[in-house]
Amino acid sequence: MVGIVVVSHSERAADGVAEVATEMGGDAGIVPAGGGPDGGIGTLAPDIEAAIREADDGDGVVVLVDLGSAVMNAEIAIEAVEDETDARIADAPLLEGALNAAVAAASGDTTVETVLEKAEEAREYRKLD
Amino acid sequence: MVDEHEQTAAVLDAVDAIADRIDAETDHLTDLDSAVGDADHGANMSRGFAAARDQTEDMDDATPADVVKTVGTALISEVGGASGPLYGGSIMKASAALAEGLTEEATIEFAETYLETVQDRGDARPGDKTMVDALVPAVHTYRKSIEEDDLPPLTALSKAVDAAERGVNYTVPLRARKGRASYLGWRSVGHQDPGATSTLYILEELLDVAAEHLDGEVDRDATSPTIPDEDLEE
Repeated sequence: MVGIVVVSHSERAADGVAEVATEMGGDAGIVPAGGGPDGGIGTLAPDIEAAIREADDGDGVVVLVDLGSAVMNAEIAIEAVEDETDARIADAPLLEGALNAAVAAASGDTTVETVLEKAEEAREYRKLD
Repeated sequence: MVDEHEQTAAVLDAVDAIADRIDAETDHLTDLDSAVGDADHGANMSRGFAAARDQTEDMDDATPADVVKTVGTALISEVGGASGPLYGGSIMKASAALAEGLTEEATIEFAETYLETVQDRGDARPGDKTMVDALVPAVHTYRKSIEEDDLPPLTALSKAVDAAERGVNYTVPLRARKGRASYLGWRSVGHQDPGATSTLYILEELLDVAAEHLDGEVDRDATSPTIPDEDLEE
């Protein structure tokens, strides 16, 4: 099954988004990677790299990111694992993208490409009207 | 070119000097970042370079490239903000250019790879009010001074530092288009970019350490780049 990594500047935000996505996505393997050094606000490439390795069962990983350094650190983490793991960053809002990805991954018979596509559909969601 | 062991010693001295300088400038960098960012640049850089110094202190017998690479990985691991991937990731990638040692050509390739990686990773261009505004003039001036003007590397580096300083000053009147500062819109105008500033500090320390190891005089009043002779242009 395609794995999912949730990257946020806040450890609690990453944990929380993973929690909501797990509730919706059932069996999907969702691993949070939040916070900077000493649990402060920030993101760390080695933490994201470890989360990608944990989330990957061989089918690849879709990485959801919040903003700024989360994107850059996720890129560095992906470069570090690229020989072993097919990991991609979803250009999508963190929570909605994680939910979509979780549902897609849990429905089985999906690839990194299709889970990524589902996650990125979340960009178009409207909340009113 | 001096032997590998002395090159490594020079790189270790540079790490030490940069860590000291960034530590001394922590509050100033934080003040600059308070105005336009999230006030963490001083602490992040200080923690990062302290870790880089710790992780390289027993590397006397390593190659210069390995020491530089370790600095990059230390920064990636210890800096929580955007400076981690920008500085650390770029140093790590550019370190491969030093595989044959610190030749003139290798230092040019290092500088250009570093600049390219920063620009790719951060998607920033000159004029965006970022570290790129210090780096582009520094790297271009360094290469031009060596390849076109046949100047010794130390003089070229001196001109590059001078160019970086003018790049830092250039960030002041610009509106930020990248990073946290861009959220401020027009209110970012009038503030000096923290990343460009820390880039300048690092270059200044590299110049000082290079001057010590090459027994050279440094003329920090050097104007860069060398202005072409008008008679020759006709």
